[in-house]
Amino acid sequence: MRTRLKATEPFVFHTRFNLQELTGLKAANIDQLLRHIKKVPSSSIYHHTHRFAEKHHRLSLVSSNDFAYWVGEILGDGMLGEKLAGIDTVRFRTIHDLREAIVGTIERHLDEERGSRRMFVYHGAEFYFVKSTSVILSTRYTACTLEEFTRLLKKVSTNSIYFHVFEARLRLEKRTNDFSYWLESSLGDTELADRISRLDPYIYSLEGLRKKIIGLLEKRA
Amino acid sequence: MASIKDYRPIVGRSVIEELELLAAHLKGVVVQNINSTAVGGGVAEILTRFIPLLRELGVDARWDVIKGDRRFFEVTKKFHNALHGREEEIPDGIYEFFLNEGARIIDETDIYGDIVVVHDPQPIMLVRKKRRDGKKWVWRCHVDIAHADKRVFAFLKQFIMKYDGVIFSSPLFSRRLALRQFLISPSIDPLSDKNKEIPQETIDSVLKKYGVKRDKPVITQVSRFDYLKDPVGVIDAFNLVKKYNDCQLVLAGNSAADDPESDKVLSEVREKACRDPDIHILLIPPEQNDIDINALQRASTVIIQKSIREGFGLVVSEALWKAKPVVASAVGGIPLQVEHQRGGLLCRSVEGAARAVRQLLNNPEYAGWLGRNGKEHIRQNFLLTRHLRDYMLLFIALYHGEDIIHL
Repeated sequence: MRTRLKATEPFVFHTRFNLQELTGLKAANIDQLLRHIKKVPSSSIYHHTHRFAEKHHRLSLVSSNDFAYWVGEILGDGMLGEKLAGIDTVRFRTIHDLREAIVGTIERHLDEERGSRRMFVYHGAEFYFVKSTSVILSTRYTACTLEEFTRLLKKVSTNSIYFHVFEARLRLEKRTNDFSYWLESSLGDTELADRISRLDPYIYSLEGLRKKIIGLLEKRA
Repeated sequence: MASIKDYRPIVGRSVIEELELLAAHLKGVVVQNINSTAVGGGVAEILTRFIPLLRELGVDARWDVIKGDRRFFEVTKKFHNALHGREEEIPDGIYEFFLNEGARIIDETDIYGDIVVVHDPQPIMLVRKKRRDGKKWVWRCHVDIAHADKRVFAFLKQFIMKYDGVIFSSPLFSRRLALRQFLISPSIDPLSDKNKEIPQETIDSVLKKYGVKRDKPVITQVSRFDYLKDPVGVIDAFNLVKKYNDCQLVLAGNSAADDPESDKVLSEVREKACRDPDIHILLIPPEQNDIDINALQRASTVIIQKSIREGFGLVVSEALWKAKPVVASAVGGIPLQVEHQRGGLLCRSVEGAARAVRQLLNNPEYAGWLGRNGKEHIRQNFLLTRHLRDYMLLFIALYHGEDIIHL
C-alpha cells in the first residue's frame, strides 16, 4: 500500500509563532508609504503581506495585504488598492522580489494618476510599519508514512500548517512548501507533491487549506 | 481561579499544547514583574490572572509591588494623565521629587529576575539598577501615549532608553526610538464573569431588574459617563435611527466613578434623553457590574461604542466575543478589534454611526455574519491565551536579536 510506504526521512512537524515589533515608522500619504516600503526590513514586508493569511484561521475571506487595505479603504485610493490587492504573492520566491513588485505597482500608478499624491489621512489613521519576528519550534508530531502524515495533518495547529506552507517557501526561501518537498524527496511521490505545490494557499483560510491538502492526500490513498 | 486547561474547550487543544511547548523553553528563567499596586486597576487585574497561569505552565513568574507614599502617587498620577494627553500642570520640583523618591524605591527593591518586566511609569526608575549581568529589562507601557505631553515623555525617556525593550498595546503608541518596541495587545478573559456564558434566566432577570423589555431591538453602549465616550452622540445617533426603526437604547455605566466630571456628563445625558421611555440610562452598582454587563450585552441586538478617544477599548472585544454586531468609532485600539465590514462596522460621526446601526437592524443576516466573524477574530487575537503566548515569545525574543528564531 502506497500510504504505508516508509519515507527515507521522517517529516517533523514544526510550529511557528509571530511576535510583532514596531518600527516607529508611519505613513500618512502614498509618497511616505512608498519611501518606507523601499527601506523597511524584509520582516516588515513579510508581515504586511502575510498577516491576513495568518490571521484568518477559520474564516474564508479573500486574502489581501495590509498595503492594499490601507490604500483602498483608509487612504481612499480604490484603484491603487485594487492593484496592490491583485499582486499575486504566490508567484514570488523571495521577499526582495515581492517588495520590488509592490514598489513597481505604486510607482506606475503614481505616473498615471497624479491625483493620488494629494490624498492623505487624518491623524491616527496612518499606516504603521510593523515587523514580524518568527519563533520556530519542532513539535512532538513526526510522520514516517503517508498514512501517518495525513493523520497528523488533521491534528497539528494552524500555526504549523502556516509555517510549512507560507513561511518555509517565501521567508526561508525554500523552492516549494515543506509538504511537497518531503513527499517528493522522501516518499518519491512527485505527482502528489506537484498537486500540493500548485495550490494557491493565499485564497484559502488556514482551516480551508488544511481540508484541501487532506483531500488531495486521501484521494491519493 | 481558572486553570490553563479550562481554556482548552474555548481555544482548542493545539493552542494549549503550543503554550506548553513555549513554556518548556523558559524553564529555569525567573520573570520578575514589578508594578505599583497589588489590587485595583487594570495592571493588577492582568497580573493576578497571568502569574498563576504562567506558573502552571512552568514559567517561574513572580510579582513585586513598589511602595510609595501618597505624594509619590499624586505625582505619578500627574505623569499618567499627561502621558494620556490630558493638560496637566507640572509644578517646578516635581521631577526632582520623583527622582529623590525613586532613589529610595531603587534602594528598597530587590532585583532577582533573569527578566525584569516593569509595568507603567511609577516604577520606571528601577532600570537604574540594571547592570551588565545579562538580565533583560522590559518596560510595559499600558498607557495610551499617542498624545503624550512632550515634557513628561522627554523626562521619562531618560529611563525608557536604558531598557532592552518596551511593550506597547497599539502601533499608534510607537515612535522612533533606538530600542526594540514590541506590540502586545491586551486581551479579555473568556472565563471571567464579564465574558463567560450565562443562562438565559440570568439575562432575563437582569433585564427585568433594569426595566428593559425585549419587545423591540436593543442598542447598547457600555461605558463610563465620560465625554470621551460620547454618550450624548450616541443619543443623537439613536434619534436618527429611531426615525425609521422602532428600537430602544441602553446606556450602561458604572456608578462608582470617582471622577467629578461624570455627574456633569450624566446630567447632560439625562437632559438629552428627554425622558424618552425607550432610552434606558443604567447605573450599574460595582459589585454587580460584571454579570449585569455580560447579560445586557448578550440581550442586545446591536452594540455601539462611539468613543472619541480610547486607550484600547477592550469593551469592543467583550461585545464581539458574544457574537454581537458592533458599530464602533475608528479610534485607539478599536480598528485592531473591528475589521470594517468583516467583523463589525467602523464609524467616525453621529451620522455614520446611525447609518451603520440601521444597516444592521434592517439586515439581520448580515448582522449575524459580522457578529460571528467578529467572535472568531477575537478568539484568534484577543483572548487571554494569545496574550500569554505573546509574553512568552517576548521573553524568548529578548535573548535573540534575529528576525527568525529557531529553538
